Amino acid sequence: MNAMIDISKLNAWFDDNHVLKDVDISVPANGSFGLVGESGSGKSTVLRTVTGLVDDWEGNILVNNKELTGTRDKAFYRLAQMVFQDPFGSLHPRHTIDRILTEPVNIHGLGNSDARVVEALNQVGLDNSFRFRYPHQLSGGQRQRVAIARALILEPKILLLDEPTSALDVSIQAEVLNLLTRLRHDLGLTYIMVSHDLAVVAHMCDDIAIMNHGRIVERATATQLAEGKLDHPYSQQLYKAAAGYDRAVVDSFVDWD
Amino acid sequence: MNSHTTTVKPGLMQWLTSDTPQSRFQAKCGRTWLGWLKLTENKLAMIGLSIVMGLILVTIFAPLLAPYDPLAADLANRIQPPGAEHWFGTDQLGRDILSRLIYGAQYTLLIVGLVAITAAPVGLLVGTAAGFFGGWVDAVLMRVTDIFLAFPKLILALAFVSALGPGIENAILAIAITAWPPYARIARAETITVRKSDYIDAARLQGVSNRGLIIGHIMPMCVSSLVVRVTLDMAGMILIAAGLGFLGLGAQPPMPEWGAMVSDGRQFLLDQWWVSTVPGIAIFVVSLGFNLLGDGLRDVLDPRGGD
Amino acid sequence: MSNEPLLSVKNLAITFSTPKGPVNAVRGVSFDLGRERLGIVGESGSGKSQTGRAILGLTAPNGKITADQMQFHDLDLRNLTPRAWRKVRGARISMIMQDPKYSLNPVMTIGDQIIEAYREHHKVNAKEAKRRAIEMLESVKIRDPERVFNAYPHEVSGGMGQRVMIAMMLIPDPEILIADEPTSALDVTVQLQVMAILDDLVRERGMALVFISHDLQLVSSFCDRVLVMYQGLVVEEIRASELDQAKHPYTKGLLNCLPKMDGNHAELPVLTREASWAEA
Ligand SMILES: Nc1ncnc2c1ncn2[C@@H]1O[C@H](COP(=O)(O)OP(=O)(O)O)[C@@H](O)[C@H]1O
Ligand SMILES: Nc1ncnc2c1ncn2[C@@H]1O[C@H](COP(=O)(O)OP(=O)(O)O)[C@@H](O)[C@H]1O
Ligand SMILES: [Mg+2]
Ligand SMILES: [Mg+2]
Repeated sequence: MNAMIDISKLNAWFDDNHVLKDVDISVPANGSFGLVGESGSGKSTVLRTVTGLVDDWEGNILVNNKELTGTRDKAFYRLAQMVFQDPFGSLHPRHTIDRILTEPVNIHGLGNSDARVVEALNQVGLDNSFRFRYPHQLSGGQRQRVAIARALILEPKILLLDEPTSALDVSIQAEVLNLLTRLRHDLGLTYIMVSHDLAVVAHMCDDIAIMNHGRIVERATATQLAEGKLDHPYSQQLYKAAAGYDRAVVDSFVDWD
Repeated sequence: MNSHTTTVKPGLMQWLTSDTPQSRFQAKCGRTWLGWLKLTENKLAMIGLSIVMGLILVTIFAPLLAPYDPLAADLANRIQPPGAEHWFGTDQLGRDILSRLIYGAQYTLLIVGLVAITAAPVGLLVGTAAGFFGGWVDAVLMRVTDIFLAFPKLILALAFVSALGPGIENAILAIAITAWPPYARIARAETITVRKSDYIDAARLQGVSNRGLIIGHIMPMCVSSLVVRVTLDMAGMILIAAGLGFLGLGAQPPMPEWGAMVSDGRQFLLDQWWVSTVPGIAIFVVSLGFNLLGDGLRDVLDPRGGD
Repeated sequence: MSNEPLLSVKNLAITFSTPKGPVNAVRGVSFDLGRERLGIVGESGSGKSQTGRAILGLTAPNGKITADQMQFHDLDLRNLTPRAWRKVRGARISMIMQDPKYSLNPVMTIGDQIIEAYREHHKVNAKEAKRRAIEMLESVKIRDPERVFNAYPHEVSGGMGQRVMIAMMLIPDPEILIADEPTSALDVTVQLQVMAILDDLVRERGMALVFISHDLQLVSSFCDRVLVMYQGLVVEEIRASELDQAKHPYTKGLLNCLPKMDGNHAELPVLTREASWAEA
């Protein structure tokens, strides 16, 4: 098996709430997998389970051919990092960018933190003048770049991206998506990208899964998605909604709860 | 988008308000400066700050400011009313009340200072640990806190001083012991709102240990509300210290502690009102000063008011 | 469809004083609003919300408004007393905010809130008010109005909460409805459903709608006319149907940088901003 990430029969619970139901995902090295669905469908939970932020789960998660158990060690965090949805919530409001980026370098004893911070900032297209600012002195797009820099500074092989652009303006989204595409090619990264926006995932990913209520209801390749070749009525509805407002189409919507 | 903001300020001002600080130090200073600007907009807070600064200055320069020796009895001049010679009059031993007030400032400052640097860190530690770990750690720590909270502060302080013996050191200790539980509560509440946030999860994924998370990531978010609360509480501490002094359990004669001074004068309250009233007013003014300052700090230090 | 404008704004400017100096949030915005759906689009910070809030007299105290004209029928909105504002705001011009959670009272059931709002404007008894409230919930296509009537705000989803807000805003029959990103926090399908409800209500009642959003694509598929804002300026005003003929490079840039579902992973065109766009 040479998948970088191989998740099978993943189930997760929050108390009695069965949030993930038999989720299977496999991503080859340097691949990019997209997970789409409406809010509450369990997309973030998939990523959070992989990174060890969810306690109650069952199933098999293989990362780089190593089976994950209950706790993650430091080595895992050097292999896989996550970028959160809300760039306003994922950076500590009382820490400067410098501190945010230096801390992981020190914890993992990588040394040479000065040069690493500068390099990480350069990688995401920020110059040195940002280094000593506080998050509130940055725009949303700049904050998300910092969050990506923080994820990259440990030189991981895997980035788990939780709606990395949904809080950003479309013009900034384009820049961040281009940055992510470039980084994947340059650094040979493997992505799982979560989004509620079908177009973003279609643009970024090779394989796509559509989730509804904790279950993957449909899988497609980017090409199939581009042609609108979707079978499940839920995915078709998402596809139609992505085209913008059309009074007649809205009347055909059904609720999926 | 701040691109259409105009900033035309020279030198130091530019350094402080720079959007592109060159060092951690400059970033910190800039942040403090903006907080200061906000504080100066609040008139009441500035009044409070001047009172507190006044208290500190009086403490430092007491020997220069006091016209008489605060302990020197002059029985010929007992209970003189306020006048040119003795601005605030003299007490039953003929000691100058103004001088005693000036020397007494240091005890007030000592009490609030020591209580603040002992009770606040204890409360912070207990509260963040309880909030962060939850479960049985939380249950145990919070039950202990509740027990302390269940008694009125003054009564509890009285009990401690009675056990420890009277004296200003024991009074301070007793006040500190009774002061930490509310801080633990505040720190816990703050921790619970913070601990689920993305930036804490993000730090976890960087490999930050629990200890690192509490000290480096959670405590900074609790400090502001604690500072505010401690400042507001200082008024209460001064009153409890004065209360203990009044009951003869705090500062011992002839120490010019304000509460003890009020107590000393109470037998002459009807005819020689100034002996008690003047230190009473001093207690009131200083308490008010801390209260106003605390209220102002609340607006400035709110961690959610990002920019 | 409009002949006489309901609202006429000329050269509206809003400047905030901050510790770091003045911020010119809105710079010389002019528009006429008839009985139509007007979109205001732009990136965050471009001044959309502030434009909307100025029409409602909701500018923060550190902001200063100047305008050559802000005429609503026979009312000059530039110098209304707080008392006069209360008669306009909510009653004749109404606003729906992005997050219904902050606009609803968390400790009161939705039904009670609707009844309270209703009885402020109509003299009816409790029973009649409840009947009307249920009707209102039905009119915003809530399938189970009895349940929602008895629910607290946190017990309903975001889309449901926004429908409730719309129902409440419409009670006094306002002439102008300002919707500030009313659907941005919602899922795509729910978003479109809420917009359809707004659409129907605006048509039925002949209201004017100002729809503020950052989503140019969405706004143009919904509105009649769109104002595109950039750094406090309106850089382009265009009929929604003619969006493909947009002239301003900023408008074109916003359209181009959207990822398309064509299976093409190539670089997205990014917006190259020019200093001249921000010049008044
Ligand atoms: N920390 C949590 N505690 C309890 N329930 C949660 C928690 N996080 C998520 N959930 C629930 O799990 C489900 C899936 O959530 P999530 O994975 O965040 O969805 P998505 O990312 O697709 O919007 C939702 O029903 C949500 O309410
Ligand atoms: N109370 C305020 N004080 C200072 N600046 C403000 C205030 N309110 C808004 N602004 C500024 O006004 C500009 C426009 O804001 P807004 O209208 O909310 O933008 P948006 O287009 O995202 O709705 C922003 O640059 C914002 O920072
Ligand atoms: Mg999510
Ligand atoms: Mg806005």
